[in-house]
Amino acid sequence: MAEVATVEKEPLFSKKNRQLLKDPLDDQNPITVQVLGICSALAITTQVKNAVVMTLSVMFVMMAGNVIISILRNRIPDRIRIIVQLVVVAALVILVDQVLKAFVYDVSKQLSVFVGLIITNCIIMGRLEAFALANKPWPSLLDGFGNAIGYGWVLVIVAVVRELFGSGKLFGIELLGNATAKTGLYSIGYMNNNMIILPPMALILVGIIIWIQRARNTQLIESH
Amino acid sequence: MQELVNIFVKGIFIENMIFAYFLGMCSYLAVSKTVKTGVGLGAAVIFVLGITVPINYLLENFVLKENALIWVDGHTRETAEQSMFYGTDLSFLSFIMFIAVIASMVQLVEMIVEKFAPALYGALGIFLPLIAVNCSILGGALFMQERQYATIVEATSFGLGSGVGWFLAIVAIAAIREKIKYSHVPAPLRGLGITFIITGLMGIAFMSFMGIKL
Repeated sequence: MAEVATVEKEPLFSKKNRQLLKDPLDDQNPITVQVLGICSALAITTQVKNAVVMTLSVMFVMMAGNVIISILRNRIPDRIRIIVQLVVVAALVILVDQVLKAFVYDVSKQLSVFVGLIITNCIIMGRLEAFALANKPWPSLLDGFGNAIGYGWVLVIVAVVRELFGSGKLFGIELLGNATAKTGLYSIGYMNNNMIILPPMALILVGIIIWIQRARNTQLIESH
Repeated sequence: MQELVNIFVKGIFIENMIFAYFLGMCSYLAVSKTVKTGVGLGAAVIFVLGITVPINYLLENFVLKENALIWVDGHTRETAEQSMFYGTDLSFLSFIMFIAVIASMVQLVEMIVEKFAPALYGALGIFLPLIAVNCSILGGALFMQERQYATIVEATSFGLGSGVGWFLAIVAIAAIREKIKYSHVPAPLRGLGITFIITGLMGIAFMSFMGIKL
């Protein structure tokens, strides 16, 4: 009850809470600064649709997980907290997996093992450990949302570049014309860059995003 | 025997956890600053993958898969339809079971190593507990489930192969990062950025193994 009272005193979107939403977008971006959740981020970015579905799944798991752990935070014995966190996250991921299988089966097939790997996605564990275990439910929810968006924008940018230049489509719509029928841009000799579909290019693209981000935000530059 | 060697080599090169699937990237990037720590974490990954993949294989084939529980009331595959567990499919529970096995195995391995091989424990140090949340371990279990290996020996050889592949990758990048300290990298690319790009280039090199049929 004490928690409800303090939440009422503080406005829902106070300066501190807005900071929670803003930080993960740039200064504390989970992918480019905290280096969390890279595994799943790279493998599924060949299509924008997959990237969006993945972001939404991570967002759901992270927000719900953060809130649950934050509610339980005073009851979880310190020694077994990792297992408790894993169980909560695994249960949420099972939910997501079943929903994906039921409604967007083809996407769920393409994501293959990576839906399951949300469990060990370091962003989720990282935020549970670093934030939800020490904060109230409402800030934890915002933190989960902010980090999911910070994770999502990198994913979507990489996916847009890879899908547009790799297969000439966005969300499966043929923006540049049909490659086999040689319509649109393809009629004047444009060709898809097949290399950008290959997994290693995702890493190089993220490297370039990091480069641009740090060139703009010079505080983030590492000494070595 | 040849089949086993094939699966092992495939796990190291063609289906390398890092360069083909990006699994375990978080710890790969965070712990690859020096070769010494890289070797420590790599050894821990080989160790844990070699243990958890076969255990999860048993779990998958005797508990989780469709009709896997028929052994409980004494039926074999021929008489499966008479079993009261015929048609039971628990595979939706596999995530939670696999991760529970991994988390508890890591804990157990840590205690055993601490007791019986203190030298190894000192060498692996903090890396063992970190492994529970390394995606390559859960990824190994999930790929094992997806690929349906025929025997437990094949599954073990897949686990060890992927572990060795991960080990090679982290040691290689750690060695490159140690050297690159002395090069003139553009300031915004220093550290993380250049590591990403080098990993991408190494991935392209590893892609030359693709399409080799073993």
